[in-house]
Amino acid sequence: MKFEPVIGLEIHVELLTNTKIFCGCSTTFGAEPNSQTCPVCLGLPGSRPVLNKRAVEFAIRAALALNCNIVDYTTFDRKNYFYADLPKGYQISQYFYPTGTNGYVDINVNGETKRIRIHQLHLEEDTGKLLHVGDILASPYSRVDFNRAGVPLVEIVTEPDIKNSEEARLFLQKLRTILLYTGISDCKMEEGSMRCDANISIMPKGSKTFGNKTELKNMNSFRSVQRGIEYEITRQSKILKSNQEVIPETRHWNESKGSTTAMRSKYLASDYRCFPDPNVIPLETDKDWIDQIREALPELPDEKQARFVKEYGLPEYDAEVLTSTKELADFYDETVTLFNEPKTVSNWFMGELMGLLNNEKVEITQCKVTPQNLANLLQLIDKGTISGKIAKNVFEEMFKDGKDPQAIVEEKGLIQISDTAELEKVVEEVVEANPGPVEDFKGGKKKALGFLVGQVMKTTKGKANPQMVNKILGDKLK
Amino acid sequence: MEITKGNVEHVAELARLEITEHEKDIFTEQLSNILDYVEMLNELDTKEVSPTSHVVPLVNVFREDEIKEVLKKDEALKNAPEKEDGYFKVPRVIE
Repeated sequence: MKFEPVIGLEIHVELLTNTKIFCGCSTTFGAEPNSQTCPVCLGLPGSRPVLNKRAVEFAIRAALALNCNIVDYTTFDRKNYFYADLPKGYQISQYFYPTGTNGYVDINVNGETKRIRIHQLHLEEDTGKLLHVGDILASPYSRVDFNRAGVPLVEIVTEPDIKNSEEARLFLQKLRTILLYTGISDCKMEEGSMRCDANISIMPKGSKTFGNKTELKNMNSFRSVQRGIEYEITRQSKILKSNQEVIPETRHWNESKGSTTAMRSKYLASDYRCFPDPNVIPLETDKDWIDQIREALPELPDEKQARFVKEYGLPEYDAEVLTSTKELADFYDETVTLFNEPKTVSNWFMGELMGLLNNEKVEITQCKVTPQNLANLLQLIDKGTISGKIAKNVFEEMFKDGKDPQAIVEEKGLIQISDTAELEKVVEEVVEANPGPVEDFKGGKKKALGFLVGQVMKTTKGKANPQMVNKILGDKLK
Repeated sequence: MEITKGNVEHVAELARLEITEHEKDIFTEQLSNILDYVEMLNELDTKEVSPTSHVVPLVNVFREDEIKEVLKKDEALKNAPEKEDGYFKVPRVIE
């Protein structure tokens, strides 16, 4: 029997606020354990949570960027369950009225646009962090750090529109790009500021009834999300093929073993006994406030990509790569305003710039080359001061120490030789020194010309103007 | 509304309460009676009434996103029955 996977994702994203959602404790990552707590986030009796305005605005901003409708009235609700990472015995979340509903994200699957619907986005507090000696299953006890307890999170829940692990990865990447554009989170999966759980079930191909689902947790990278989903699909297929039933449960992805293990039986929604927290005052939004947040949104990846195609005449592929981060796109935009040949600039970005960034593991924000310097370099090529080939070496220098290209060219004497007399002299030397290839060329072997041009370039250390060399050589050998 | 002994056991489990067989019987009966009593409210037509979550007519009480003083680490850990290297120490929980 052939099976069809049905996958929905739940993504938790920590918001880049200075303080926690209901108290003034710092949210800085990596502080000493339990050094950023107070009676509110420790759930001590008599403490009183007060909502962080910026956290609300960030949640609304994220919901707008994901094309959601924004709620006009919402309460903050207690979700009750016992777990050691939860000091109060409940988590404050938006259970009844999420901030955003009915949104979507478009992803590009093999050149086709596929829409992944967003069921909801809600605001809640993060839990503390449990640490274990080695693997959780082997650890004799847990240690708890409550620095993270109360850090504002948005949880984004997709509809079960994802069909395989590759789509899950593409969706996560796109979601991350959008959220990074909005600036609400740094979305670092390795630091846990972006976490992804997957609800996975399988059903016979063509069926309309979903199978029992498992919720997969502890996937700490895009790669492990992909691997975890694939493992779970295979595991569930085996169970169904042997005529058994998939147990609905939460499962734990073990990265080093590459497998999943049962963690706890899944709570039913009613088991959480949710009710509005009487200590947190409800939230009301109005059109003016939402419009204000909407207007402050930056141009988002899809819009930017469309503009790059329309305004700059770039191919879709270039536009997609150049808008993959806001910083790269801004760098590109600025370079084009200084050197108005969008495709030339794009080629330099996709070839030299991104190549070096990748090789040297440098972020665009730390790149020493400025848009102005890159534009200056392209002007030097344009004016014929240096050849394109030399320009690549100059660019490497610029990348290393951030110098202006003009200075590098002068310092290293790289100015292109476009003086006819000087070039004719070199050509003559090369022709005399290489009688063989000269004969070959005259005998009809056109390829021999390339060799001779190469010799001229070598003699001039790459500084000869290639077009002129071609012409002079061609004339001479006629 | 009929409450079964199974319901009582489930609720006790969610609340991490240990109760005896005898208590289960008592609570089963008492909870049924309480729910029956509350069910009287269903006689009212509440179609046009929005649910009450708060009795105080307040909305949008905010804090600005400013860092305030935190507890000292040893103060935070003061009431912990067990601690280790600045962490709260708890039994490992896996079902």
